[in-house]
Amino acid sequence: MTDWLGPEEWRAVALSLKVAFWAMTASLPVGLFTAYALARWQFPGKQVLNGLVHLPLVLPPVVTGYVLLLGLNPNAPLGRALAEIGIVLAFNWTGAALAAAVMAFPLMVRAMRLAIEAVDPKLEQAAATLGAGPLWVFATVTLPMVLPGIVAGAILAFAKAMGEFGATITFVSNIPGQTRTIPSAIYAFLQVPGGESAAMKLVIVSVVVAMGALLLSEWIGRRIAARIGGGHA
Amino acid sequence: MLEVALRHRFDALDLDVTFQAPQGLTVLFGRSGSGKTTIVNAVAGLLRPDAGRIVVDGRVLLDRAQGVDLPPHRRELGYIFQEGRLFPHLTVRRNLKFGAWFAGRRARQAEFDRVVDMLGIGQLLNRRPGALSGGEKQRVAIGRALLSAPRLILADEPLAALDAPRKAEIMPYFERLRDEAGVPILYVSHSASEVARLATTVIALDQGRVIRQGPAAEVLGDPTVLPTGARDAGAVLTARIAAQHSDGLTELDAGGNALFLPRIGGQIGDSVRVRIAAHDVILSRARPDGLSSLNILPGRIAELRAGDGPGAMVALDTSAGRVLARITRRSADALGLEPGQTCHAVVKSVAVAPGDIGA
Repeated sequence: MTDWLGPEEWRAVALSLKVAFWAMTASLPVGLFTAYALARWQFPGKQVLNGLVHLPLVLPPVVTGYVLLLGLNPNAPLGRALAEIGIVLAFNWTGAALAAAVMAFPLMVRAMRLAIEAVDPKLEQAAATLGAGPLWVFATVTLPMVLPGIVAGAILAFAKAMGEFGATITFVSNIPGQTRTIPSAIYAFLQVPGGESAAMKLVIVSVVVAMGALLLSEWIGRRIAARIGGGHA
Repeated sequence: MLEVALRHRFDALDLDVTFQAPQGLTVLFGRSGSGKTTIVNAVAGLLRPDAGRIVVDGRVLLDRAQGVDLPPHRRELGYIFQEGRLFPHLTVRRNLKFGAWFAGRRARQAEFDRVVDMLGIGQLLNRRPGALSGGEKQRVAIGRALLSAPRLILADEPLAALDAPRKAEIMPYFERLRDEAGVPILYVSHSASEVARLATTVIALDQGRVIRQGPAAEVLGDPTVLPTGARDAGAVLTARIAAQHSDGLTELDAGGNALFLPRIGGQIGDSVRVRIAAHDVILSRARPDGLSSLNILPGRIAELRAGDGPGAMVALDTSAGRVLARITRRSADALGLEPGQTCHAVVKSVAVAPGDIGA
C-alpha cells in the first residue's frame, strides 16, 4: 500500500482520515443536541436555527469557506480570541476539520432528527412513570432507540468530510501535509503535467473509503434495527 | 387510599371530579370521552390539570393551590398502559427490572421471582417484546409496573387491545393483583363485565362528572347508573359453588337460592362473582311454574325507573343480592309493578357468560 501510494499521496490520505475523523467526532454531540432541539422543542427562532443548519447544504461551498475565513482569520476578533487560547484554525488542519464539519453538519443533523422523531414519546412517558428522571429517560430509552440514526448520521458526516473540497480550499488553502486533503491533492495533481496517475490512485481511494463507509453504516444500522425490532436476544 | 379532586377543561371535556379509591381495585367506569383516561394521566403526572389535589396514602402528589406538582418519575406509581408500552430494545428481564432499579431500596429482590412466577413469564425473560404475543406483552407490562414498588397501580383499559381469549387469560392476574398486591389499583374500563368481575369499588363517570361511587354491587345494582347505556346494565352477585353436576352444570348457592350455570372451574365452597345482564332477566309476579329456565330468584322491587324510550329498569332486592331487570314499560304497566311488591326474577342459566365469572 505504501509502495503503491507515493509519500505525498499517502500524506493526503492520512490527513483526510484525520480531518474527517475529528470533524465527525467533534460535531457529534453538537449535532445530537441540535437534532433533539429541532425534533422535540418549541422555541422562538427554531426556523432560523433550522435554516442555519441547512445553509451549507445549499450555499456554494466556496461561500461557506469564505465566511469561515472572514470570521476566523487571525485578524478577525473571533479568530484572534481563539488564537489567544491556542486555537489556530486558518491555514491549519484544524480549520480543514472545521470546514468539513460545517459542510457535513446538515446531513448529520437530518439523519439524527428523523431518528429522534421516530421515537414514540409514549415510551418515554412509560419510563418516567417507572421512576426515570429526564436524563435517565434519555440515556436508557431515547438514546438506544436513536442509535441507528446517530450511527448513520455520523458515518454520512465522515464520508462527506472526506470529500469536502470547496469550503476547505477557500478557508485553509491547499498546503501539503497541513491542509491538502484527498480532494485538494487530486486537484493539485491535475494542475501539473503527469499528475494523472497519482490523481487516479487517490480517486480510487476516495471511492473505496466512501463505499466502505456506506456499507458499514448500512450493516450497523441493520444490526441495531434487528436488536431493537424483536426476536430473541 | 387515593384521594383525587380535579378540575380540567380541554376540547369537549369539562372535567370536575372528586373521589376516593380505597384498598382494592377501583374502576373508573364510563363511556369514552367521560374523562377516565384524563384522570389517570393526571394522577400519573403525565397531564397537568387546571386545578386539583391528588394524595396517595397521605403523600401529596399534586396540589395546584400549594404549588406542589411532583414530576411523573417521583410519584412512585406503576402505570399499566393499554398498549403495554414495553421497551422494544430491552429484554423482558430488563423491562421488568427497569422500575426496580430506580426504586432502589424500596424494591426487594425477592419480589422479582415471586412476580415472575405469579405472571407465568419465567420462560420469556430472555426474549424481546417484539417476539411476544399480545397477552404475554400485557403480562410483562403488569409485572414491570408491579416491580417498580409502586404505592398505587394505574391501569388504563389494559385489556381493551386484546381479543376475548387473551382477555380471559389476563383477567385472573388482575384478580390476584387486587387480592395479593396490597396496593390500591385504579383501573379504567368501559366494559361492564370487567367491572363486574374485578371491581371492589366503582366510580361511575359521565361527561366529566362522577355520577355515583361506592362498592361494586351497590353501584352496578343502581338502575339510575348506566354510564355505558342501558344495554350494558347488569348486577353482580356473589355466590358459592354448591355442587358440580354430571350433566355439565355447576350449582351455585346465592343467598340460599340455587343458580345453575354451565361448568365453572373451582372447588365446592369457592366464592364466585356472577354478573347477570339486565336484559337477560324476566320478571314474574307469581312464582313461575313449568318454565325451562332453572334459575328463579324471589325478591322485592326496590326501585322502578322508566327510561326515555320504551324500556324500564327494575331493581329487585333478593336474598342473593340486588338484581337488575330491563323490561318494557308496557310490561311494567301490565304487571302493575311498583316498589315494595314481591316479584320473581327468572334468569336463563346460559345467560351468565363465563367471562363474567370471577373469584
